[in-house]
Amino acid sequence: MFSPANLKRLFMILIIVGVVAVMTGTPGSSSAPPTTGVHGSFLERVSWFGLFVAPRWLLFLTFGVIIWLVVSLYRPRARMIRRRVDTVFALPKAFTAKKSTRVALMVLALVVVLVLPKFVHESFWMYLIVEQIGVYVLLALGLNVVVGFAGLLDLGFAAFYAIGAYTTAWLTGALPAPALFHHPIPILWVIPIGIAAAMVFGVLLGTPTLRLRGDYLAIVTLGFALIIDDFVETQSGVTGGGVGSSLISHPALDLGFWHYRWGISPTPYYYLCLLFIVVFIVVFTSLEHSRIGRAWVAIREDEVAAESVGINPLKYKVMAFAVGAASGGFGGVMSAGLVGIINPALFTYQVSVNVLVLVIFGGMGSIWGVALGACVIQAVTSYLDNYQPWGYQINDLYMYIGALLIIMMIFRPAGLLPSRRRAREFAAAKGDEQVHTDEVLTGDQP
Amino acid sequence: MGFEHFWLSGFDQIHTAFWTYLAVGLQNGAVYAMIAVGYTLVYGVLGLINFAHGEVFMCGGFAGVFLTRGILGDRVGTGWGSVGLVLAGIIVGGLVSALVATGVEQVAYRPLRRRHAPKLAFLISAIGASYFIQTLAGKEFGYGVNIFPGEVFEPGQVMFTLFGTPIHTIAVVSIVAAIVMLVVADRIVRATRLGRGIRAVSQDAETSALMGVNIDRTITITFILGGALAGAAGFLYSLQSGIVQNAGTEIGIYAFTAAVLGGIGNLRGAALGGLFIGLFGSFSVPFAFEGNVQWTEIYTFLILVLVLIIRPTGILGEKSGRTA
Repeated sequence: MFSPANLKRLFMILIIVGVVAVMTGTPGSSSAPPTTGVHGSFLERVSWFGLFVAPRWLLFLTFGVIIWLVVSLYRPRARMIRRRVDTVFALPKAFTAKKSTRVALMVLALVVVLVLPKFVHESFWMYLIVEQIGVYVLLALGLNVVVGFAGLLDLGFAAFYAIGAYTTAWLTGALPAPALFHHPIPILWVIPIGIAAAMVFGVLLGTPTLRLRGDYLAIVTLGFALIIDDFVETQSGVTGGGVGSSLISHPALDLGFWHYRWGISPTPYYYLCLLFIVVFIVVFTSLEHSRIGRAWVAIREDEVAAESVGINPLKYKVMAFAVGAASGGFGGVMSAGLVGIINPALFTYQVSVNVLVLVIFGGMGSIWGVALGACVIQAVTSYLDNYQPWGYQINDLYMYIGALLIIMMIFRPAGLLPSRRRAREFAAAKGDEQVHTDEVLTGDQP
Repeated sequence: MGFEHFWLSGFDQIHTAFWTYLAVGLQNGAVYAMIAVGYTLVYGVLGLINFAHGEVFMCGGFAGVFLTRGILGDRVGTGWGSVGLVLAGIIVGGLVSALVATGVEQVAYRPLRRRHAPKLAFLISAIGASYFIQTLAGKEFGYGVNIFPGEVFEPGQVMFTLFGTPIHTIAVVSIVAAIVMLVVADRIVRATRLGRGIRAVSQDAETSALMGVNIDRTITITFILGGALAGAAGFLYSLQSGIVQNAGTEIGIYAFTAAVLGGIGNLRGAALGGLFIGLFGSFSVPFAFEGNVQWTEIYTFLILVLVLIIRPTGILGEKSGRTA
């Protein structure tokens, strides 16, 4: 119990608990002495469900020691606990092994999302569901093609989102730039043009950059994103600069015999968004199992080997960029149409990282995992932002996101609902033969 | 305003204030060079970009700022006092940053390295670390609030005049401190046992482990060395511009550009690349359209993108970076 290794463990646990105490503690400020926030994080008195009142440091110290005691007492059984945790995590996989169960789950999910607006009465929440969840599911599905399928880390994905949004604004005449048409054009036209613009941009961006290897690609996409961001902000005569535009009209559909206009109410947007999410899921799923999808896997796993069997890596990588951009571009059209406001803050580096987090949390390469992960994370962050429980502040979000990224990479790199192939890649890296043979025996079912 | 006129007026401005632009460029370049060395060293031993390095720089800046504020209060430093304060700021900033850099390595890289995780995992985990540190600093010290150190020198103090141009003390201090530290770092890497370990691991980690180099220890030392330089740079930077919680992102990318420009993995290349990026940023100011400083950012990022696309091995060539 008091062996050096175990004492070291106590030390580590106390450090982690201390960091958590600072993370959840009172914020400091620049005008106050530098350690004010840290002091507050430890010295502040808190009540624990009204049972007792103690300074935070005592509370957190107790937590730390309790965790350490539990860990060191149960150390011999750690392997067993680990296995149980693994079993719990493997439940979704075991549960969805049968095709009938999977179909039933999909139908159930579809029914739930179809009737959801009937149960959300407040327009505010409906609005958030479309803007924060629907649009981000679209973005995450798009980035999943790039990062999950093709294994290319794109840190400028929000640029495609911006292209979609700015195209919408431009076509509807909301930008200072000379408008193409004098009156708002039907959404039937805005959507394909927005998507096409994003795809063209994906090809333009991808062709020169995608020759680079992993980390260089990440930096160069980030560099491009920053250039675009600065450029948009400086060109106020064309893009409205840092203020952007707030005059985007709501889209309308005119089929001659039937006329429909999307208005203030978010529910019609919800169904529009849902329709496209379903379409994108179907398209991406079939792409994944097509020749293209297999080419992406081959490139991701070993580019040289892929090239030697006649796959042109650049072509398929650019394709991944363009396909991913389509979904991102539609997200932009959607958000611009719904909110009616666009500005450069829509597509900062933070937005790109945010989308990346959704993909990683859900499970890189797993379409359903990414969709589910995006729903979960966006729902939680929307809740936190609007209710701000336990002294949570809006700006704190990225602290938790950063911590989540590290923790996911250490403990569950393949994500919430891992794609089988991805899980195997990460596990193979670990040298864990068990998983490997298991997968070989059960075959590679998606 | 026609393009030709714009172009000529830019050269006019450079012609009239050449020495000012040069001093500013060298001062910024010194800071970039010190950060770039950190990128290059870590890339050498681990073969990956340390995305959290910008935040390491930022932490050192905050440490130096609060130290000088604590010591000085409302007073203004003079004479030997200033020298002592600068030294103290550099040392404390370097120490804090070295600590942060080691922490990042222990938490975000080491567990993944043990498992031989794919490169993507390292990148994501590093981005996570960068976000975490940046936001934690924002929570403790205020988001987007620029904090200045105590008045180590009198504001705008001029050390000497060069061809009629006043050269500020801050510029001289930054440049001299950077040169001294870069030379020391270069000597450490080239002429000591530790440095031989770093170079060995850069060339071939597995073989050097077989030859008796302790890889974990070497990597930790690399992070300490790079972190200390970044922290010192953070303090020097804050003397001029103050420090913000998100300063690391932009300066980090500039320094990374410098490292790539000099050939990543190449220490002297990184230092020269830093100087170049600093001078380039300074001399491109007169060419910013409508005087909008964001254009100089665009120019620098364009350099980054062009160098990566056209010659990713940098101008001096990749020395110890693996090209897998």
